[in-house]
Amino acid sequence: MPDVQSMVLEFVNKLRKRKIEGSQATARCTVELLRSVISHHRVPHHANQASALIDAVKAVGAQLVAANPVELAVGNVVRRVLHIIREEDLSLATAAVAGLDLLDASDDDEDVNGKGIGYPAMSAAVVAAAARSTLRPPSLQTLLEGTPESATVPYTSSSGADSESKSKSADKSSITRKLKHDVIEGVNQLIHEIAGCHEQIAEQAIEHIHQNEVILTLGSSRTVLEFLCAAKEKKRSFRVFVAEGAPRYQGHLLAKDLVARGLQTTVITDSAVFAMISRVNMVIIGAHAVMANGGVIGPVGVNMAALAAKKHAVPFVVLAGSHKLCPLYPHNPEVLLNELRSPSELLDFGEFSDCLDFGSGSGSPLLQVVNPTFDYVPPSLVSLFITDTGGHIPSYMYRLIADYYSADDLVM
Amino acid sequence: MDARRGPLAVPKVRRVGFFTSIEPSQDSPRPNRSLSGPAEAITTSSSPLSDSPSGQFISPVQIPPLRHRSDNLAAASRAAAPVPVPVPGPSAFRRQLASDRALHVGSYNPVDSLLGTSPPSSNGEVSEDSGSLFGFQRSDSAKLSASFPNGGFDMTMRVRAPQESEAKVVIASTSDGRKKNVEPSGTSEPVAATKPRKEKEQKSLKEKTSKAERRAIQEAQRAAKAAAKGEGSKRAGESSRAKPSKTAKQTQPKKDVPQVTSSLSEKRTVSVEKERRMDVPQAQMQYDDKSRVDKAKRRSVVEQTESKNKVELFLHLPQYERGNQLPNLSSNIFTLDTIHHAVYKVGLQHLAGDLSGDNARCIAMLHAFQEAINDYTTPPMKDLTMDLTGKINGYVSFLIECRPLSMSMGNAIRFLKNQIRKLPVDLSEPEAKASLCSEIGRFIDEKIILADKVIVQHAVTKIRDGEVLLTYGFSCVVEMILLYAHEIGRKFRVVVVDSRPNLEGQKLLRRLVARGLDCTYTHINAVSYIMGEVTRVFLGASSIFSNGTLYSKVGTACVAMVANAFSVPVIVCCEAYKFHERVLLDSICSNELGDPDAIANVPLRTNTKHAKTMDNNKNLQFLNLMYDSTPAEYISMIVTDYGMIPPTSIPVIVREYRREDLLL
Repeated sequence: MPDVQSMVLEFVNKLRKRKIEGSQATARCTVELLRSVISHHRVPHHANQASALIDAVKAVGAQLVAANPVELAVGNVVRRVLHIIREEDLSLATAAVAGLDLLDASDDDEDVNGKGIGYPAMSAAVVAAAARSTLRPPSLQTLLEGTPESATVPYTSSSGADSESKSKSADKSSITRKLKHDVIEGVNQLIHEIAGCHEQIAEQAIEHIHQNEVILTLGSSRTVLEFLCAAKEKKRSFRVFVAEGAPRYQGHLLAKDLVARGLQTTVITDSAVFAMISRVNMVIIGAHAVMANGGVIGPVGVNMAALAAKKHAVPFVVLAGSHKLCPLYPHNPEVLLNELRSPSELLDFGEFSDCLDFGSGSGSPLLQVVNPTFDYVPPSLVSLFITDTGGHIPSYMYRLIADYYSADDLVM
Repeated sequence: MDARRGPLAVPKVRRVGFFTSIEPSQDSPRPNRSLSGPAEAITTSSSPLSDSPSGQFISPVQIPPLRHRSDNLAAASRAAAPVPVPVPGPSAFRRQLASDRALHVGSYNPVDSLLGTSPPSSNGEVSEDSGSLFGFQRSDSAKLSASFPNGGFDMTMRVRAPQESEAKVVIASTSDGRKKNVEPSGTSEPVAATKPRKEKEQKSLKEKTSKAERRAIQEAQRAAKAAAKGEGSKRAGESSRAKPSKTAKQTQPKKDVPQVTSSLSEKRTVSVEKERRMDVPQAQMQYDDKSRVDKAKRRSVVEQTESKNKVELFLHLPQYERGNQLPNLSSNIFTLDTIHHAVYKVGLQHLAGDLSGDNARCIAMLHAFQEAINDYTTPPMKDLTMDLTGKINGYVSFLIECRPLSMSMGNAIRFLKNQIRKLPVDLSEPEAKASLCSEIGRFIDEKIILADKVIVQHAVTKIRDGEVLLTYGFSCVVEMILLYAHEIGRKFRVVVVDSRPNLEGQKLLRRLVARGLDCTYTHINAVSYIMGEVTRVFLGASSIFSNGTLYSKVGTACVAMVANAFSVPVIVCCEAYKFHERVLLDSICSNELGDPDAIANVPLRTNTKHAKTMDNNKNLQFLNLMYDSTPAEYISMIVTDYGMIPPTSIPVIVREYRREDLLL
């Protein structure tokens, strides 16, 4: 599949060069790429359908994640796709097992191919266990139940499919196609969900924004834009303060869009956030990623705003589509999940060029310029998450994440 | 009333004065004596120096240069003892010209003592000044007499007033004579020591004035009040208003002066009382008050067009179109006669934004005033004190039109007006001018330059090897601290945090890097990224209010807050002359708005056109705040010329030391 390969490479290059901005765009591109990977994936007939797909997606996903480890949305989407594959596979398997049970309880015992499952009666139980285990993270109970470790769940379930296929070899190709079809269906749904998360979130705007409110936001987020505009369309009139977000000035972009939609907008400097917060009713920001502990990675400067909001008891609301939910727990995210951009955004190269390089001979430059992209807000500073499934508190995020991802994929 | 008030006030003020009067150059008996009570000070007063007349002319506010020894300060502050206050040493010229003024000292004294005995730290003059320092109170012509330095001016007038009762003159001379005896050591008398004595004299003067005489005086005052009814009512209106009005400043004070009759001055006691009362909150001129703004506009030199797209939250602050007045103003620099050209120049510099930094602005302003005073000649038939104050008022309001004054400039102006007011009446014009100029020079030396040096000495003790210091924007004190610490061989790294639109941090960065300091440069959004590695935060200040609120360049509060969140100590470096007795809770009520275009113009290529095209959309505003206020709880320590203090000590400093420096 040279075309898929080249597509992957192209996308990896784009990610590497940071050509794609914004987690939503990245997520959509990723999931579209994965869809084509899946649809172009040809599975050898004898092989395990689901595991082969998972392997293929994982391989591509690893490349993508490596290309831009900071863009957590890529990893999130890859995990989501893996989760879809597992789910579809599982549902096929359960359907098959159910069908088998109905049809013929005494199936051939040839599926002893190294799985340690000797008899088909067990197979249904294993499938059921697998079904449970896919829905929740590995627990002591699943281990005690004797299910092979979680990584083998697809195999066991597919062994059910195998046994089924062996009993009815005529069905085999159709089942293969069905799995793929179902997976692609699921991925399409995911695409749809990612594309539509703005509307889903914006629908809730009216519950949160009231007349004559003053809202502070920073960074440029389409979600925030739609959210505010949705409230505006409902005849709520309010004012928006936008922090300009130096040195990228995304606040100016957002302000421009807001003004174009007729909102009363005031652009302030980032340094005035603390000064203005005392007159602000709510801080609404769009997240770059939401971590499993409820922490938020957002545009740089967001921690400052969150601290100021906390100080003045102003609600700090984070809008995040479900593709931004990252199942990882962060450690030192300010440093490890950050990205330093070019110093030229802050300083003209010409002016300090003699200080920036290693010319002094001491081995270390006299002047360093730090220009991080992201900021981490600890969960204690976040009042509310608004996702496409509704509002949640930070401490609930882990549970939400468990709905979207299978525990097997957490470590890719 | 005076009798009761005097004793109450005296010990307090004395105390401070004495503690602070440890001066290196003095011999041992003096501190001893000064530690003793006022009575003793008087008894010892038959000193051989009593015939040295200069002592009588020491203005308490005189600040000797180079008395401010940092080691002294450090010791004092460490001992938690009151801090050394500049001790007046008479300047040479004063000593010379002091010779023939003895006669007037007595009559001059009441001025001082009246002020001295008043417990509130201010009188009418102060309120008027501090109003005008924010640009909001300006006296229009009718009000001029009322809002003129009521304390000083009126009283000096009284001295000259011919209808003064003879008895008074006699008393004056007697008190004068006593004073001669009393003055123990004219030349280096501590501030506070002179004061109580003067109070005593005042008291005795009061006692000696017979009841009838006093009644006569009161009668005269009442008559005067009736005569100046219009003005009086205006004044009443003014004083009843809690906030100083912004009546436009009079650009031509000379014209107004003749209206001030000497009889008017009789009202001084009353007016001082009134002004004192109204002094308490000095609100700014509120620019959303239409009538006053209009009034102000009529008088202004600088023609400002109000910006069309105002930020609603800040209607109380002036929001003008930028950049269109400068050509006009610079063209008529040679034709303008009401504003001295030096002041005019400083004003234009402010307008153009060439001057930045509170100290720099303040020094530039004071130098301009110095020049203006040098070139000043009292018009015939006018009083120097009064006329010059009017002039200065005019200059100040011109400067305010150019750019709202900083708190420190306001304090400096208040100082200057006090100096003018306290000029001995019989001082010849050149002498008075020279004295004023030297006072201004001393203020600069003592309160700004020396204070900075002391602060550097203190702050450097807080820098240890291997530290990472963060500073925000550009503060010349902080720069001096960093450079000095580097000079004495401390190894540390500096994080310079900067913010749009001024990017002052780059200036600091350039200077630090040029000296070979290790620097890290970043923008304010990244402050929580960098704060993890920082061990100390050094901040400059524009002003510190008496509730401990730090009023400084916008963004300072953010830095302090993040530092607080990361448990990094925040050290604020601020000269004591910037302390202000106002209180402030948020950054909205009192602030200054910069040029909104500075924000709209974004250096990035893509965004520039967006901002530009949206420029005249009603819905889009750009808000360029200049200052913000940092709550006191974020501040770990304030380094000032009186030592290192917590923010809770600001009101103490303001109350105890400022009063002495400025109002005595």
